[in-house]
Amino acid sequence: MEIYLDNAATTACYTETADIVRETMLSAYGNPSSMHHKGVEAESYIRNTARVLADILKVKEKEIFYTSGGTEADNWALTGTALAYQRRGRHIISTAVEHPAVSAALGNLREQGFDVTILPVDREGFVSAEQVCSAIREDTVLVSVMMVNNEIGTLEPVGEIGEQIHRIKPDIVFHVDAVQAFGKYRIRPRTMKIDLMSVSGHKIHGPKGVGFLFVDERVHPVPLILGGGQQKGMRSGTDNVPGVAGLGVAAGKMYSRLEENTASMRACREMLAEGLAGMEGVILHGPADPERTAPYILNASFTGVRSEVLLHALEDKGIYVSSGSACSTHKKSGSPTLTAIGCTEKEKESAIRFSFSEMTTEEEIGYTLQALREILPMLRRFIRK
Amino acid sequence: MTKAFLIKYAEIGIKGKNRHYFEDRLVHHIVRSLRDVEGRFEVTKEYGRIYVFPQGDFDYNGVLEALQCVFGISGICPVGVIEDMDFENLKEETVRFMKETYPDETPRTFKVNARRSNRKYPKDSMQLNADLGEAILYACPWLKVNVHEPDILLTVEVRASIYLYAEEIPGPGGMPVGSNGSAMLLLSGGIDSPVAGYMVSKRGVQLDAVYFHAPPYTSERAKQKVVDLAKQVSKYSGQIRLHIVNFTDIQLEIYEKCPHEELTIIMRRYMMRIAEMFAERDGSKGLITGESIGQVASQTIDSLVCTNAVCTLPVFRPLIGFDKQDIVTLAEKIGTYETSILPFEDCCTIFVAKHPVTHPILEIIERSEKKLGDKIEEMVQEAVSGAETVVVDGV
Repeated sequence: MEIYLDNAATTACYTETADIVRETMLSAYGNPSSMHHKGVEAESYIRNTARVLADILKVKEKEIFYTSGGTEADNWALTGTALAYQRRGRHIISTAVEHPAVSAALGNLREQGFDVTILPVDREGFVSAEQVCSAIREDTVLVSVMMVNNEIGTLEPVGEIGEQIHRIKPDIVFHVDAVQAFGKYRIRPRTMKIDLMSVSGHKIHGPKGVGFLFVDERVHPVPLILGGGQQKGMRSGTDNVPGVAGLGVAAGKMYSRLEENTASMRACREMLAEGLAGMEGVILHGPADPERTAPYILNASFTGVRSEVLLHALEDKGIYVSSGSACSTHKKSGSPTLTAIGCTEKEKESAIRFSFSEMTTEEEIGYTLQALREILPMLRRFIRK
Repeated sequence: MTKAFLIKYAEIGIKGKNRHYFEDRLVHHIVRSLRDVEGRFEVTKEYGRIYVFPQGDFDYNGVLEALQCVFGISGICPVGVIEDMDFENLKEETVRFMKETYPDETPRTFKVNARRSNRKYPKDSMQLNADLGEAILYACPWLKVNVHEPDILLTVEVRASIYLYAEEIPGPGGMPVGSNGSAMLLLSGGIDSPVAGYMVSKRGVQLDAVYFHAPPYTSERAKQKVVDLAKQVSKYSGQIRLHIVNFTDIQLEIYEKCPHEELTIIMRRYMMRIAEMFAERDGSKGLITGESIGQVASQTIDSLVCTNAVCTLPVFRPLIGFDKQDIVTLAEKIGTYETSILPFEDCCTIFVAKHPVTHPILEIIERSEKKLGDKIEEMVQEAVSGAETVVVDGV
């Protein structure tokens, strides 16, 4: 039995995604920049994806720029914008719970002399529009807030933030890291006043190594990847036809069944949350209000059990989860998000993230709860004295 | 002029009648080390010397890197080989060799050290010294002669061909692996044990290793890390059979039955017992650990007495008098440090007591162990028979 509850780290490809990736690798293998038919054929896949994405977001096709994934999109959005508008000002606002693709890029900008304000969050991981507004200064050029937190699922009020910051200072560029939100929410950059938005393919049953940055046509970040001038010179490099084609198919499928998907994931989440609440020594993290939390992420600490040990014990039963966030496993320091919401060291050391997809079933959640009921007492018998 | 390498070895020379055996081992390891280096190589043993002759194009730095991993080599001399015996040609080639070897033209002193073993050659050693010295002086005005303490000692050997060499790049020293039997290394994911394995292997000892893992308390990546470490050590030692033992049940049994402060000592005694079982099976004549006196509670002299007491084979502890920093320096040199510091927990650290005994008394430890009963023997047998063996060969 294989129960994959680590969908916030990555997801299994849809068969349709894999099919089109194969098709573009084996038959439509042309370079979209080529003048001949093979080039035109390949280009049609790119155009198709642009059409699908533009339709989902209700934006223009030319506002979609493909990248190598979420990290590149985040890096480009922040660095490209900061550099483009530095004469206007050098102040940037962000939050304490951002993904490292954002926080590391901001750290780099800070080293280059930009002034970065990091806003704290409350116990549930929220930053408020008021907080962001009161941090705005005359020289603020960029605000970056994630939509769904990758570790605890907090749904940040990005629409409200976009609305209010632009009312105060219309020329601020607002970037949203929507890597965890895209495919799970209907996001409308126009009405939410989002100028830049990062998305990754492999979080939505698409291929790894592809993503995109939505760039509002009035915003002009400087390109970071230079070369043959592809994508209007904004992001050079031969188009990743298989990746982009797969991304389009995956996004299309996700949005065609968004409501059913959300309902089934929410049911799984609630079932797990309820089961965990009934166990001794389990602390749930993240928002209590289900409307303000992603339906597919649940983070909990299991008192007295180190997360790595529980992770491997669950693995033994074929259940795959994450300790904190998969992206933090390469570092020794604890999760920045859990630190920001005020978790104790003990809570951080014992935190496990369960994340679901539409493919997750309630039967799997039942099996997981049962496994936890067996494993936890055994592991707690052997704890460091 | 073609390029070759003269291999110098130190201790083999003093091994009397066994000398041939040691040399053959060394040639075997040189051939092995060059297996994956770009190029084709002929390794020859003549007149008590080992040469590596590249055939056609080859990766020069790759050869040096590979040879620097072969125990028994004390020095590697890049050699210019001249087939044409004409003296005018030799002069030209000698000057070219000096210019190529020392291209920076900084002022230095030199001496020519010619040896004519080919009696048919028209000039004797003294004449060669003088004439070649003159040619070099004339062509390289930045060089001066100093026959007592030269910066550069250019050796010219006249045999069937003529060999020129000036530089000697240090090798790792030691003795060819396999010339001194084999031993079983207790390999953890830490910094010390790979270094200990390296040091014993350097004395010509072939290595096998045993690693204890404790799923789910230690991860698959911790295991991979140890395989990687073994692989890095095997760049020097040659093939290692790594036995991976599942230690969880034994560890939990000790945890439940024995005093917590004694857990680490008792656990280590079981590790030694199991390692010895593998040693006997593989024909190893000793155990190797990375212990260093007083480094941690389980490595005080009293603790070592307790862990040592379960072994009948000798336990080699090459790092016993090393400071941590010395070990780290060596780990960096042999390329294991980077892997060793990856943050995966190993089975020694999971259940450590806050205050483990630092001065255990053997009788007390033995009495505590009695509480484990017969069941533990079954567990040990099971751990040994269920072990997974991975063969690594880092070249």
